[in-house]
Amino acid sequence: MSRSDVLVDADWVEAHLDDPGVVLVEVDEDTSAYDKGHIRNAVKLDWKKDLQDPVRRDFVDRRGFEQLLSERGISNDDTVVLYGGNNNWFAAYAYWYFKLYGHRSVKLLDGGRKKWELESREMVTAVPERARTSYQATVQDSSLRAMRDEVIAAIGKQNLVDVRSPDEFTGKLLAPAHLPQEQAQRAGHIPTAKNVPWSKAANDDGTFKTDDDLRTLYQGDAGLDFGKDTIAYCRIGERSAHTWFVLHELLGLPRVKNYDGSWTEYGSLVGVPIELGEAR
Amino acid sequence: MSEAQGCGAPAGGAAVPATAAGEAIIEGHVRRAGTPLSVGYARLLNDGGEFVAEVPLGQDGGFRFFAAPGSWTVRVLVPGGASADQTVTAGYGQRAALEVSV
Repeated sequence: MSRSDVLVDADWVEAHLDDPGVVLVEVDEDTSAYDKGHIRNAVKLDWKKDLQDPVRRDFVDRRGFEQLLSERGISNDDTVVLYGGNNNWFAAYAYWYFKLYGHRSVKLLDGGRKKWELESREMVTAVPERARTSYQATVQDSSLRAMRDEVIAAIGKQNLVDVRSPDEFTGKLLAPAHLPQEQAQRAGHIPTAKNVPWSKAANDDGTFKTDDDLRTLYQGDAGLDFGKDTIAYCRIGERSAHTWFVLHELLGLPRVKNYDGSWTEYGSLVGVPIELGEAR
Repeated sequence: MSEAQGCGAPAGGAAVPATAAGEAIIEGHVRRAGTPLSVGYARLLNDGGEFVAEVPLGQDGGFRFFAAPGSWTVRVLVPGGASADQTVTAGYGQRAALEVSV
């Protein structure tokens, strides 16, 4: 797999946004962003209402994913191009879902909504009408998703990559700095985790750095052993989906999992080891 | 907060209600020639210059961060590539307000 299989630029999107087999999908945490303006022909996914289970803490199950994509008019043969705000965090998170449920052709728009906006490209408010489909998802691919017990078992054995900001990693902040800091769980990080903030993989405009720069960042600077299995985590799993995309899709590491329980789960578990301060 | 929020930006930059007690708030507005800019991003860096958070500007050009006590830098990205860095000191129970012109 190469970069061009999983990543497209804005010029490509402008050239293909009317193609019948291409579906643009915007995914934001700020779900009002789409309503204010989006790329022409893009449909919207709400990361919480559409992609999360409404009752228990888990994401939408196979049948729910099938219903969602059928209702949005996305078919199994479509090439899905995802983009969103926040440097594509939630678009990368949705990308991970599409892979978990076996979608064949899915790509990210490099730089996401931010680069598109900063380049003053066309945004519209018209919502496209797409005919309903009968989408078929596969069984969830468990090789891409880490659960808490395997995270604990991975301490000191696998690469654990904490992609939160340095201040969350050391325990100074409990949440990203644009959110109120009142969470009750413990601060810190999983022992033996390396702190490689997701932002180091991106340029200021939200595009991904070059493969060479990314390899240097994770292997050279952070000291990850690319021969080992890797688990990435953050606070709720979408920033780490961004890093999962870098390691698994761009750099082609074969065994990389995203731990979507992340710090909100781990930091609330009773009796598990936690480290504070800098990585040891 | 009654429901879990993601790591992403709150709706519309500064639109999140601010409960100042126990929070170290950094907020501000971005204007060009006096007019609020609603298309753009505010980015918070720590005292080592590391990225900490980024939010889209609100309709009024506003942004807000919940930081910790210490020194922080705010950088603004807007169409045309203009950016401005401002350093600010935050403290619990305090509200550091910035006016950014680009």
